[in-house]
Amino acid sequence: MARAIDTVATVGVATTPRTRRRDWSGLIAHGILVLAVAVLAFPLYYAFVISTQSLGEVSSLPPKLYPSTSLVDNYVQAWERARMGRMLFNSAVMAVAIAVGKIAISLLSAFAIVYFNFRGKQLVFWMIFVTLMLPVPVRIVSTYNVISIMGWVDTYWGLTVPLMASATGTFLFRQFYQTIPDSLAEAAQLDGAGPLRFLWSILLPLSKANIAALFVILFVYGWNEYLWPLMVTNTPDMRTAVIGIEALVPRSGSQLPEWNIIMAAAIMVLLPPVVVIIVMQRWFVKGLIETEK
Amino acid sequence: MKRTVFRNRWLPYALVAPQVAITIVFFFWPAFDSVRLSLYRASPFGDRLIYVGLANFERLFADEAYLRSAVTSFVFSFFVTVVGLALALLLASLANAKIRGLAAYRSLLLWPYGIAPAIAGIIWLFIFHPSYGVLPYVLSFVTAYQFNWFLKGWVAMTLIVVAAIWKQFGYNLAFYLAGLQAIETSVLEAASVDGAGPIRRFFAIVFPLLSPVTFFLFTLNMTFAFFDTFGLVHSVTQGGPGDATSIMVYRAWKDGFEGLQLGYSAAQSVILMLVVILLTAMQFRYAEKKVTY
Repeated sequence: MARAIDTVATVGVATTPRTRRRDWSGLIAHGILVLAVAVLAFPLYYAFVISTQSLGEVSSLPPKLYPSTSLVDNYVQAWERARMGRMLFNSAVMAVAIAVGKIAISLLSAFAIVYFNFRGKQLVFWMIFVTLMLPVPVRIVSTYNVISIMGWVDTYWGLTVPLMASATGTFLFRQFYQTIPDSLAEAAQLDGAGPLRFLWSILLPLSKANIAALFVILFVYGWNEYLWPLMVTNTPDMRTAVIGIEALVPRSGSQLPEWNIIMAAAIMVLLPPVVVIIVMQRWFVKGLIETEK
Repeated sequence: MKRTVFRNRWLPYALVAPQVAITIVFFFWPAFDSVRLSLYRASPFGDRLIYVGLANFERLFADEAYLRSAVTSFVFSFFVTVVGLALALLLASLANAKIRGLAAYRSLLLWPYGIAPAIAGIIWLFIFHPSYGVLPYVLSFVTAYQFNWFLKGWVAMTLIVVAAIWKQFGYNLAFYLAGLQAIETSVLEAASVDGAGPIRRFFAIVFPLLSPVTFFLFTLNMTFAFFDTFGLVHSVTQGGPGDATSIMVYRAWKDGFEGLQLGYSAAQSVILMLVVILLTAMQFRYAEKKVTY
């Protein structure tokens, strides 16, 4: 898989002798890809357009497919009415804490598994592995019970700590450490460096790319997590943005369908993870490949 | 296998401690508790648990609504994975040519991955909106049929399928493109010289060579459709109309959190656990195969 994606990255450089037939297929390929990109982008464009229109424009037919002038109004309204500031802050806390926590925890356990021999190592490894088979949906009620026994309902602890165990992260770092030559650790030992010194000064700098890759994937995961915050929070103050927006959607005919406000809120909620993906593109692709290996 | 280099009696345990603690408290404890709870029923006053053996499971398998939700889950996952992948493969095959700018296309395809299923759903909800949405408006010129997802189960199902496929599509397409680019063109040219037409070449050569990519994407999308789409159903259709879009995870949550039928919900969690174990086993069989190639 890694090789496959790498090929795409380098294909711009690879030159193959062109034939007349291939020139055609190149044109078709561009056409299809442009079409795919446009079709994929349309819903986002539409959501943005709606978020710039007044209520009257939104509810008139035919639908207007170009931006209007109510952008600032709608975003201010959405911000105030849905308490977006607080919710986006909660989402950011959750996404960053889960990403950083997962990375730190899995980095340490992978280090222990690769560089130490200890009794129970196999057991630890299997325990981590089995967590892959226990995502949140398969333990809905029981996990909530555990959180409430610990008194973590409606707290940042409850929102973040339980999601910090990571099998994929541990496997990723384990795999990476195994590619690092043993001589490096031996040399460090000869120089009198202890294991923690080695981890901090040598392993950590070497892991930078992996950490960045994992960060993007986990940030997106944490930001978009839905079932977990829905279960462990029950006051508006602790709601995250992704679940908070649901409250804006009208459920009965009597509510005003203020779709312009809803779309403004939706744009604000989806922007952070999408921006992270775009800005950290290189690491994102690496993360996609590495975590699914 | 790596030679372990550091010796320390307690350090490795300290390093794996956070991971192990979270795993035990938030994964194993709730998982065992789910299995235990699935054998109990809350007393009429909800103050104690009554052991009922396998009665919850017997009730589940006799409950038509539950069986319907299982069918709904499979239909939904089938459409999201099979239709989603078939479309991605079709487009990728048509667009498979040695062209410039593939990396740029990849960037333009991958960003929807960052959008939460719930947010994707809300955007598509508006596109499908019976009174203001652009899709029913366009369709109204073609047919008098009312595409109202508030009333018609299959339209609601189409809505969440489309939203789910949209979110995954660019990702699937990028992986297929990468897989196709990795296939040696000489193989295809040889087949072409031997008189194989494009469709024959696709089914005899391209599709078999792509089977690892397909399998990888299949399990990934299946897991996504089964477990990560809770937010999509919760924020958009809430299982309706009727129970047309009530997937298994949504039901387990609803019976547990809204119906407060803890044992009944736990029994559903146990069944979901079996589904994850199956999917994970599939994934690892694939991983093993890849190693032995």
